[in-house]
This record gives sequence, C-alpha cells and structure tokens, in this order.
Amino acid sequence: MAVGNAAAHPAVTAAIEISHLRKTYGTTVAVDDVSLSIAEGEIFGILGPNGAGKTTTVECAIGLRSPDSGSVRVMGLDPTSDRKRVHLIIGVQLQASALPAKLMVDEILDLYQSFHPDPADVDELAETLGLADKRRAYYRTLSGGQQQRLSIALALIGRPKIAVLDEMTTGLDPQARRDTWDLIEHVRDGGVTIVLVTHFMEEAERLCDRVALIDQGRVVAMNSPEGLTQQAAGGKRVRFVPSAPFDDRLLTELSEVTSIEHRGSRVEVTGSGDLINVVILTLAAAGVTAHDVELTSTNLEDVFVSLTGRHIHDEQQVVRP
Amino acid sequence: MSAPPSISPRNTRRSAFGKLVLNEARLAWRLPIGLIFGLGLPVLLLVIFGSLPVFQDHQKTLGGLTLFDVYIPTLIALVVAALAFFSLPTPLATYREQGILRRLSTTPVPPSWVLGGQLVIHLVIAATALIVVIVVGIAAYGLKAPASAGGFVLATLLSTTAVFAIGLLITGVARTAAGAGGISFAVFFPLMFFAGLWLPVQEFPTALRDVSYLTPLGASVEALQRAMQSGFPSASALLVLAAYTVIFGALAVRFFKWE
Repeated sequence: MAVGNAAAHPAVTAAIEISHLRKTYGTTVAVDDVSLSIAEGEIFGILGPNGAGKTTTVECAIGLRSPDSGSVRVMGLDPTSDRKRVHLIIGVQLQASALPAKLMVDEILDLYQSFHPDPADVDELAETLGLADKRRAYYRTLSGGQQQRLSIALALIGRPKIAVLDEMTTGLDPQARRDTWDLIEHVRDGGVTIVLVTHFMEEAERLCDRVALIDQGRVVAMNSPEGLTQQAAGGKRVRFVPSAPFDDRLLTELSEVTSIEHRGSRVEVTGSGDLINVVILTLAAAGVTAHDVELTSTNLEDVFVSLTGRHIHDEQQVVRP
Repeated sequence: MSAPPSISPRNTRRSAFGKLVLNEARLAWRLPIGLIFGLGLPVLLLVIFGSLPVFQDHQKTLGGLTLFDVYIPTLIALVVAALAFFSLPTPLATYREQGILRRLSTTPVPPSWVLGGQLVIHLVIAATALIVVIVVGIAAYGLKAPASAGGFVLATLLSTTAVFAIGLLITGVARTAAGAGGISFAVFFPLMFFAGLWLPVQEFPTALRDVSYLTPLGASVEALQRAMQSGFPSASALLVLAAYTVIFGALAVRFFKWE
C-alpha cells in the first residue's frame, strides 16, 4: 500500500501530509505554521476567513508555490521537486481561474482529457455535471454555475486520486450548490480523497469527514464537524417554557446536560448527545410539560468564534502579490 | 493506495500538444486579430501599392529602385511586427490574467506549452503572409525574385526571432492584457517608422539612417532590401538582428511571469 519508494516511506497512509508549513509574501505572513494530515478517502475541509492562509496552504500542497519552511507530501511525493508526478494524481479546481471565452465546452474537455494518461469518459462526466446540453456552447455563454461545474469537471477529468476544490460552490445558487455536494459525495464514494477549501459553514458541516479551522496562518482546531462543535463550549442548546416550576437538579443530574439557565419564563439547557429527548422525557416523568421547544446546535461558526474571538465572515481580503 | 501512474506515454503527450495547437488555432480564427493585422493588412497594402502607378517609377532618390521595391521589405517587417506586437501578447497576457495559465500549472501539462502553441500559430500566419506577399508581388506586380534567396530566408528568420523576442518580453512582463497592448502600441509605431513605413529609409537623413540600422526593424529592412536587390545581407544587419534575438529572448525567458 505504500507509494513510490516503499523502503523510504514504509508507513505512508496519508493522502496529503503537511507539517509546519510556513509561507510569507514579503512581510505578509500568509501561512504561519500549518500541520495537517489528510487521510485517503476522506472529505477534508479547510475552513477559515478570507486571508487566513487556506489558499496558500493548498497552493503549496499542489506544487504551485514552494514553502519557505516545513514539508508537504502528496502520497509520499514532494510537490515541489516531483511536481509532474503529483499533477498526475491530483485534480485541482482553483478559485478565479477562467477559460478561453471562445472555446466550446467540448473543445475544452477534449483538450484537458488529452493531458492525462487514463482520463475519465467525457460523456459521462458532462452528464454527471449537468453539462450535457451545453457541450456545443462557448465558454463565455455559460452561466456562473455552469462555468463552475465545468471547472470541477476539469479537476476530475484525469481520474485523480485526490481532488482539491477551492471555493467550489462560490457563486452557485442554493440548488446548484446542493447538486454539487451530491456530486462530491458520489466522487468520494468512488475512492477519491477530497480536499475542500471553503468558507461556507453549511458546506463543511454537510460534506466533511474532518475539518481544519484555519485562522491567521495557523490551524486553530481540527476534528470532525461534530467533534468540533462538542469540543467547543456549549454543544447543543434546548430552550423551552415549562408548564410548572421544577427542581434544576432533575436535569443537571443527567449526563447529557452541562448547564441550565432561567431567563424569565424560559429555561435554557445546554449539553450534548440526545439532549432534547432526554430533557423532555425527564420533565414529563416529573409531570412537567415543555412548551415552545427550540433546539439550537452550536455550528462551526460558533466554534470559530469561541476559539478565535472573531467571525469567519469578517470580510478582510488579504491581497496576494 | 496504488502507485502513482508513471509519466504518461509519449503519444499521449504529443496528442496533447496537437490538441493545444488546434484549440489555439480555433481561437486565432474566431478572434482573428493576427489574421487581420498579420495577413490581411499587409496583403491589402501590397495590392494597393502594386496598383498605384507612382509606385512603379524608378526613382533616383531611392537609388534607382521603385517605391514598390522599397516597400516590400517594409511590408515584411509589418507582417512580423503586427503579429509580434498586436496578436501574440493579447492571448497570452489574457490567459495569465484570467488564471488559465495557473490552471494549466496544476495539470501534467506545463503552461509553457500554450506559449509554444501560440508561437506555432503565429509562425504559420507569418510564413503564410510572407509567401503570399512574395508570390503575389512577383506574379502580379513584377517584383524581382530575391537576388540572394538564402540571404532573404535568413534575414526573414532573424527578423522574426528578433521581433518575436521583443513581443514575448512585453507579454511576459506586462501585468494585464491591456497593459501589454499599451506597451506594444507604444513600441510598434517608432519601430515601424524606422522600418520606413511612412518615409522610405533611403530618404532618411544619414544620421537617422544610422540609428535606423540599429533598431530591429531598421536592421531587418536593410537586410531584406540587400537580399532582394543585390546579394547576401551585410553582416552588421544580421548581427543586430541576432543580438536582439539573444538579448530579448534571454530577458523574456528570465522575466516571463506565468501568473
């Protein structure tokens, strides 16, 4: 199961292994110290605000930039010195990269197909990505969503072992976004490791097996989306209006409950696991009915705020040279 | 995890370059800047010059040549310069600006192949235009075949490499397609002046003519003129062209920005 020189890399299990990556542009530190390990076959999310260093991290991983220090391995290969072989096993969709306006979809697919030794079937790919009826259309006549899907098609056309998708659903309408998510799950089911760079919380929560939260060039947390929300203070939160007063200890004794708070007539219980059912059943057993029940769960945005004190969506673009 | 595939077989790579050239050719046809300025315009000027009686008079100020004789090397310079300055930079700078080269950098095919494809297309247009100009000139307008065919071909080749090297440097260092267009425009007109587009070089004052011989298109016209009228071009004109090729070629390679 090892790649390349098995003797030199006896225990390669990671699709991408990044350790202590650092990259600066002049005086701007784009990536300060990033280490992460992406396992084969997982959908790995890299999440963070604009300018956090997500794209630079990925650019180093795919050999577009060489790190100032630290190391990057893609299936055991160094993307800087073994660029060509790395490009044979990864497919990349970069943000903000267009295609010639006056080429047709079919011409573009045919060209990119010819770059790879064992490419995917163009008919099938166009069908899966919903481009089948646009194949004779010029690139410039495609909608933003169609251009984006063509871009994803080009990332997958070489049958990559790893697909790196940078902001793949930016500019897509909600339906197209959900369709793309289905597609990505389908691709992963085919054994492809997927690296998603995103600032959409919902996308990361829905798709990713694991997520690295990146802020100011560092990984501030790395776990499954559920693990991250549990790890952060709060977890799940249930609010309700009880039909009668009750003893708080009734609930605080439950292992699922971490805290309880009274706000006027409302009670707010935080905890984890199957919180809502446990709370309602316990109260019911004590003869108390919970009205107007609301369940809110901590999302990745909350986790990010609790770890960094800032929001992911504070739009502060860092201009790269 | 299976081993990464070995570097793709040769034939795959060859067909990839072929497809790349094919797509660049489609784009050159669909957005025919090179065809219009590198082929259409020079041929149109050839027909106009050839049809004007005044261009067929032998003139003492031109050393006994006709204006038509004098303008053929200038037209050849125009072909090469229009392609190098107006047609070549735009697609490449646009590809860089729009991230097309960046996308290619993530595939097994390097972005330099696009440059190669563009050069192939432009050299084909240049060769076509030059052949049309010479053949039509001889067949329809009484142009004499070059006195030194070898010298003519050599002068044409060196003119092309020299001027394309300058065009590539502009393409390589301009930040945007618009920027490349602006620099090209600013370079094209003075260079074409020294190539005698507005006033035959023969009618320049001596000092200006000496300057002209040191410019790429001036040297080109001088070498072509000599090859057409009397014999092998002068070593100095060929050396000037070779120097531009080497210097600007090296600068273009050194400073070409791929993203």
